[in-house]
Amino acid sequence: MNRFDYVRASSIDDAIRALQRPGAKVLAGGTNLVDLMKYDVAKPSCVVDINRLPLGRIEALDDGGLRLGALVPNADAAYHDLVLQRAPLVASAILAGASPQLRNAATTGGNLLQRTRCFYFYDPDMPCNKRDPGSGCPAIGGVNRMHAILGASGACVAVHPSDMCVALAALDARINVIGPTGGRVIPMREFHRLPGTQPEIDTTLAADEVIMSVEFPPWNFGSHYTYIKVRDRLSYAFALVSVAATVRLEGDRIAEARLAMGGVAHKPWRDLEAERSLIGKRATPEAFESAAEMVLASAVGLTHNSFKIDLARRVIVRALEQASAGTPQSQTDKRIG
Amino acid sequence: MNEVRPSEPTVDLLTDGNVRLTVNNREHVLNVDPWMTLLDVLRERLGLIGTKKGCDHGQCGACTVLIDGRRVNSCLILAIARDGGSVTTIEGLGSPDNMHPMQRAFVDCDALQCGYCTPGQICSAVGLLAEGNATTRDEIRELMSGNLCRCGAYTNITDAIESQLLPPPER
Repeated sequence: MNRFDYVRASSIDDAIRALQRPGAKVLAGGTNLVDLMKYDVAKPSCVVDINRLPLGRIEALDDGGLRLGALVPNADAAYHDLVLQRAPLVASAILAGASPQLRNAATTGGNLLQRTRCFYFYDPDMPCNKRDPGSGCPAIGGVNRMHAILGASGACVAVHPSDMCVALAALDARINVIGPTGGRVIPMREFHRLPGTQPEIDTTLAADEVIMSVEFPPWNFGSHYTYIKVRDRLSYAFALVSVAATVRLEGDRIAEARLAMGGVAHKPWRDLEAERSLIGKRATPEAFESAAEMVLASAVGLTHNSFKIDLARRVIVRALEQASAGTPQSQTDKRIG
Repeated sequence: MNEVRPSEPTVDLLTDGNVRLTVNNREHVLNVDPWMTLLDVLRERLGLIGTKKGCDHGQCGACTVLIDGRRVNSCLILAIARDGGSVTTIEGLGSPDNMHPMQRAFVDCDALQCGYCTPGQICSAVGLLAEGNATTRDEIRELMSGNLCRCGAYTNITDAIESQLLPPPER
């Protein structure tokens, strides 16, 4: 681990001021940053500890929505009554990820800012455009079973590893951030970015901005939601493909559908056109198949991950079936019903 | 703003440059480098070598301790960031003469082979009970997935924890 200055921020202003230093990084739970520092992938000049800031609340919003503070531990969010009532999809997705120890330490804001688990990114002896811009991408043509099938570029095929963020994308969460010139709201769909020619930039958050909280609109889906995560072992593994789905039914017709995918792209993947195609349709496997085909029309496989395209199609269909039936996937019993 | 600048005079230091940790009910004031993990402080500064270093990357759970009652991977925590916290390690749970019920259960159920993962397993299991989210064997298995056992003693580990879901037996 490199040597760094340590700043314990006692106010938001403190934190923003400390972040003016080049190479400064925010520390919350540390489960990703400290790990990256141990691998010499992250080498901050200054670590800005924000753990004493009052960003740990879970609050009901007057409109029926929900606010999760940036420092709420993932475990606290997953088991909180308000989250279970107002954003049960988020609770389910969190419990699909990591381990209890990690969920106890990892936070809402840190989950949003965690970096890819691409093994080339994690290995400083290898080139990587994300870690060392311009050095190349050995995952393209290398070992790429875990990598992207959607939205990748010639510079980077890494995927965003989060489960929670897939649920945030499906629910149109809003990210409240603050920087030197004040606060702003970043819609979840604009928070993470595709790699393009600048894969070193994961998000649209500026280096001197701090995440304050995440807000969710009112929950309109009852029990018509699910989060299905398919991975190489049943627990404590990153997704090959995951799907968050919600539907709102009017009679036997779909009035609204949300679909977001994890493990397939540089950001949680949403396809609004495919969602719109479901509106007015009956909740049938044929309708779900055709939506899945739309989502995956632009999918491209690499040497080892073409299987993900068919896998994703099947998981989308199954997730929409579960959501329509109002039978969310259990995150303990991993059999997919 | 409070700072620790390791290479500069201790003028603008975070408090007095020290970290206050209560470990197994004993208070310590330690001058630690900001990059020292809690795991390294426990083992190398306090001599509490019951907490094990396995992968050192939060993947195996051997370093699991309780901070303010919650189980966490001590290898991924900078000690300085937990100033004022209360840490419980395997040494704080019980002793050979006065074992914690979970330690007793691991012995009774033969829930180990080499024993390297055991302190982390036991601290994790104590955390699991405190969280109160496991009521079935399947839930125990899922909520212990952050602790690896390369000897494969999982069946007996699950037995030991399951025995503690019930009211504690007469001893």
